[in-house]
Amino acid sequence: MPLKLERQENVPLAGLVAAPFVALAFTLVVGAAMFLAMGHDPVEAFRIYFIDPLGDAYTLQELVVKACPLLLIGVGLAFCYRANRWNIGAEGQYCAGALLGSWLALATHGTGAGPWVMPAMLVLGALGGAAYGLIPAFLRVRFGASEILTSLMLVYVAELFLDYLVRGPWRDPAGFNFPQSVTFDPVATMPLLLDEGRLHGGIVIALIVVVAATFVLGRTLIGFSIELGGSAPRAAAFAGFDERRVTYGVFAVSGALAGLAGIIEVAGPIGNMQPSISPGYGFTAIIAAMLGRLHPVGILVSSFVLALTYIGGEAAQISLRMPFDVTRVFQGTLLIAILAADVLVRYRIRRVEGVRHA
Amino acid sequence: MSGKAATSDSAASGALPPPLLEAIGLTKRFGALVANDHVSLAIRAGETHALLGENGAGKSTLVKMMCGLLQADSGELRFAGEPVVFPDPAASRARGIGVVFQHFALFDALTVVENVALGLAAPGKLPALAARIEDCVHRYGLEVEPYRRVGELSVGERQRVEIVRCLLGDPRVLILDEPTSVLTPDESESLFRTVDLLTAEGRAVLFISHKLDEVRRLCQRATVLRGGKFIAEVDPRRESSASLARLMVGAEVPRTPRVTTHELGEPRLLIKNLTLKGDGSRGSALHAINLEIRAGEIVGIAGVAGNGQTALFEALSGERLGEDAEAIVIDRTPAGALGPTARRALKAGFVPEERLGHAAAPDMRLSDNVLLTTHGDGRIVRQGIVRHSVLNAMFAEIVRRFDVRFGGKDPKARRLSGGNLQKFVIGREVLREPVLLVVDQPTWGVDAAAAGFIRTTLRQKAAEGCAVLVISQDLDELLEFTDRIAVMSEGRLTQPVPVEETSREAIGLAMGGAHGAPAQEDADAA
Amino acid sequence: MLDTVMIGAVLASVVAAATTLLIASLGELVAERAGTLNLGVEGMMIIGAAVGYATAYSSGSLLLGTLAAVLAGVALSLVFAVLTVWLAANQVASGLATTILGLGLAGLIGSPFVGTRIDAAPELLVPGLTDLPIIGKAVFGQDAFVYASVALLVLVTWGLARTRTGLVIRAVGESHVAAHALGHPVRRIRTLAVMFGGACAGLAGAQLSLAYTPFWASDMTAGRGWIALALVVFSAWKPLWLLAGAYLFGAVSILQLHVQGFGLGIPSQLLSSLPYLATVAALVLISALKRGQGAPASLGVPFVPDR
Repeated sequence: MPLKLERQENVPLAGLVAAPFVALAFTLVVGAAMFLAMGHDPVEAFRIYFIDPLGDAYTLQELVVKACPLLLIGVGLAFCYRANRWNIGAEGQYCAGALLGSWLALATHGTGAGPWVMPAMLVLGALGGAAYGLIPAFLRVRFGASEILTSLMLVYVAELFLDYLVRGPWRDPAGFNFPQSVTFDPVATMPLLLDEGRLHGGIVIALIVVVAATFVLGRTLIGFSIELGGSAPRAAAFAGFDERRVTYGVFAVSGALAGLAGIIEVAGPIGNMQPSISPGYGFTAIIAAMLGRLHPVGILVSSFVLALTYIGGEAAQISLRMPFDVTRVFQGTLLIAILAADVLVRYRIRRVEGVRHA
Repeated sequence: MSGKAATSDSAASGALPPPLLEAIGLTKRFGALVANDHVSLAIRAGETHALLGENGAGKSTLVKMMCGLLQADSGELRFAGEPVVFPDPAASRARGIGVVFQHFALFDALTVVENVALGLAAPGKLPALAARIEDCVHRYGLEVEPYRRVGELSVGERQRVEIVRCLLGDPRVLILDEPTSVLTPDESESLFRTVDLLTAEGRAVLFISHKLDEVRRLCQRATVLRGGKFIAEVDPRRESSASLARLMVGAEVPRTPRVTTHELGEPRLLIKNLTLKGDGSRGSALHAINLEIRAGEIVGIAGVAGNGQTALFEALSGERLGEDAEAIVIDRTPAGALGPTARRALKAGFVPEERLGHAAAPDMRLSDNVLLTTHGDGRIVRQGIVRHSVLNAMFAEIVRRFDVRFGGKDPKARRLSGGNLQKFVIGREVLREPVLLVVDQPTWGVDAAAAGFIRTTLRQKAAEGCAVLVISQDLDELLEFTDRIAVMSEGRLTQPVPVEETSREAIGLAMGGAHGAPAQEDADAA
Repeated sequence: MLDTVMIGAVLASVVAAATTLLIASLGELVAERAGTLNLGVEGMMIIGAAVGYATAYSSGSLLLGTLAAVLAGVALSLVFAVLTVWLAANQVASGLATTILGLGLAGLIGSPFVGTRIDAAPELLVPGLTDLPIIGKAVFGQDAFVYASVALLVLVTWGLARTRTGLVIRAVGESHVAAHALGHPVRRIRTLAVMFGGACAGLAGAQLSLAYTPFWASDMTAGRGWIALALVVFSAWKPLWLLAGAYLFGAVSILQLHVQGFGLGIPSQLLSSLPYLATVAALVLISALKRGQGAPASLGVPFVPDR
């Protein structure tokens, strides 16, 4: 074996910070190869994909709109992943939150209810997501079932249930048989921040969440117990932290934030209930969490990077007729590159010398 | 045995055949650390050769290079006078070098015969292999059953599986890495008989140990390493334990003074009929444990690993809760139903055996590791918020008072040496001014200087009125610095006996599983 | 008479649905027995489906398509192997990355073929036996994939239990430290086991797009890769139990379709979610009963050879 990995004892901070950028650069190289293979000029494609969206005010707003759910879900996932609990079902919790919140919007539809509706929807959205997130937590704690697989299976269940509702009981009777609910009343809609465009109040909530999560994870005993439980479970038990409580806690938080993202999206940019309310935010947020190194501020940055891949993907779909799957390829490559870059920063690949192989 | 020893001695003084296995000037670096610095060693046919050295002296590195697990940066290996290179363990095995590791290379879910097959280049069909195992078992007195699952075996049996596996490869050199550290005195005796049979057949045995009495009895030659360097090759039969220890440590070895006369205070720990069910693969059962420890005394629990010590420790620390809240009383408060944090609030301190992963989180900084057992302290955590300034002050005090040495300002726990991390872990508890200290394996894998410091610290805490419980597999250590000793075997605990009234033999017997209080009876008879 | 024909047809489609799961889960079982948890099955399966279909459609050869699918599965599994086995990256995250990349690439490769159809892989009939009532077509009227899945089952069962290679794979999954100390090439064995898993997932994908459907649709695996992963847990890492699990799940997914066809007034979405709910139920049941027994001891633990 001519190469070997050596753990570096002193990882320079610069290296830790540099790794995500190295990963981004690698992803762009792979992307260029992909564009070439598809017969596009990579420079032109990159301009449409990554540069143009940054140049106009409307798409900049869209960038924030797309980053908002990624940020909320990603911060929640950071709680889980720090505790070494692999919630990969955020997409389902997002749907569950959207469902419970929308229920209130539809129940109060046309009743002239006051401005309490939207805040109550947010609370319900968070509760719905948390409750749905607690299912895999319960199954793990009580029965030892892998939370990875159960949380993912529940995504399909939630999506099918949502599909059933908007095609059945929740369908707008005056909607020409389209599978969607009535448009939410203004009191059940996220307030817009600017006169033009779709920028809504969700980003303010997301930024508050970032600040709160930074504080909880970094300064409190709860944050410490999460970190310890993920890093050394036996030491956490020795320290007296209950593994079950940590598991419930992180799933509740990440479910709640995913649910919050769901109801904000439905009551904001979408405006009513539809069969499909997410272009895979729950999965992309996993990448956002990893790229942001499980730190809320890092996730703030990474959410925008990933939002750009969505916007760019839409632009490329229109002007280059590229399938939207290009975005998934970018996202998958990016996650692979981050994982590799992380290792390469922490370890050093070294040629093994000095021994002749007999 | 003495006869055989004499013949090998005369061979040594006459015309020398080339050594069977020879390491010449081996050097191995890991980053800045030089683990082996021009180390040489020569083992001859028919001899039992000891490799002596403290923890961290470079013994393991040397062994790994001799069996192909590591490759030297420079230097040379010779087998029967001929230069050899072992790129991997298979190559060394093909040459006739067999190794029994301290941490066995065994697979719990597989049977004995499958485990043996995995260590052989050409094992053949399993039934035929099972027959060969039986054969080897009879020849060398190594009792094992071929079709049992290794996970069900005792530590001694597991070691015999390792030895059988080595012997089926017909090795000319057998390396035994700290073989007796996991055995009862009885089991050790039977291992020594096997070793004598092997050397009588002309094989060479490299015996790695830090138990000097054993080395002086069993070995004809000893190589001493210290700090990664070759120090001396001596005839251990002509040395005293003290002179060997001096060679290993490089200085006089301090003995912990035992305070023999002191006032005992009130009971700090009462264990009444503590019973725990085993939970499958991990955690063995405990059967009706009774023990009382008073302020000012150190009680030791001897026993071979895997007899329930870990379960007892976890039951005391609150990591495993039993059904009876009254079974454990700490400083007059029933604590059987309390978790670790509540027990610490009763001023109890706990030091687990495993430092990395249990006592400390390997990948967290040392200062954060302070928080592990101090988060119940209102000065350090107030209303759920960690006050890092107070925490750092406490960290600095542990480092200063317990002489914890490391590179950098606040490294991850995994980067500390065994001795320094243990001083940190013990310091973390001692600074909390406990009235009860439970310490599992206080000096396991710790260098002599740190071990001496730790024992002195514990002795001092006892003198200040703390009750100390020490669980250890190192009988010599317990005899040296505890006041009373109990023996743990198969989840049962004998009544503790004052150290002056017992003997190694009596304790050894109890470790082998003779229940009741034989240590007491023997002592009475004597 | 109509009933026996129909039951025969239902049984045949149960076999087809079960075959996808059986092939993919057998591959994953081998990878997991070697100690690697590859959550990329879904991605490797769908890229197999896309590449297999694209190749078969373009070349007109099902055999070529199948081969290409297997190679595509292996290629993607190598990405996972490099990350987890050689760079010791987190296996859960790496598996997810593999799945996301696989879904994306498959979408790109498959997009020109959306809406096309090919002839399904032919059934291999056994004269006389195929005409047996009810079971005849289910047992003796299947395509080559079904027979291949049975052969694969025999190979994996026998190979793991009876061969030296199988013993070494189990040993590596049980304790990579011990296996390494005995001189077994842990990383090479794990890489090969992951590649075997990739090959099987690719083959399962080919079965899906060349025999079962037979067409290409984006996201056509619909979580089957994840169900295959759950089946491995369900089987307690024993190949023969995979057979039972795969057919149980095959039956659930086919029967719910037929119940939908009857129009009993049960919402179709509820029925469609049955396979996923059944997966959760099976995981809970098996975890409660076995409490992780049978799982390879170093499953999911990265191996870094020490110094």
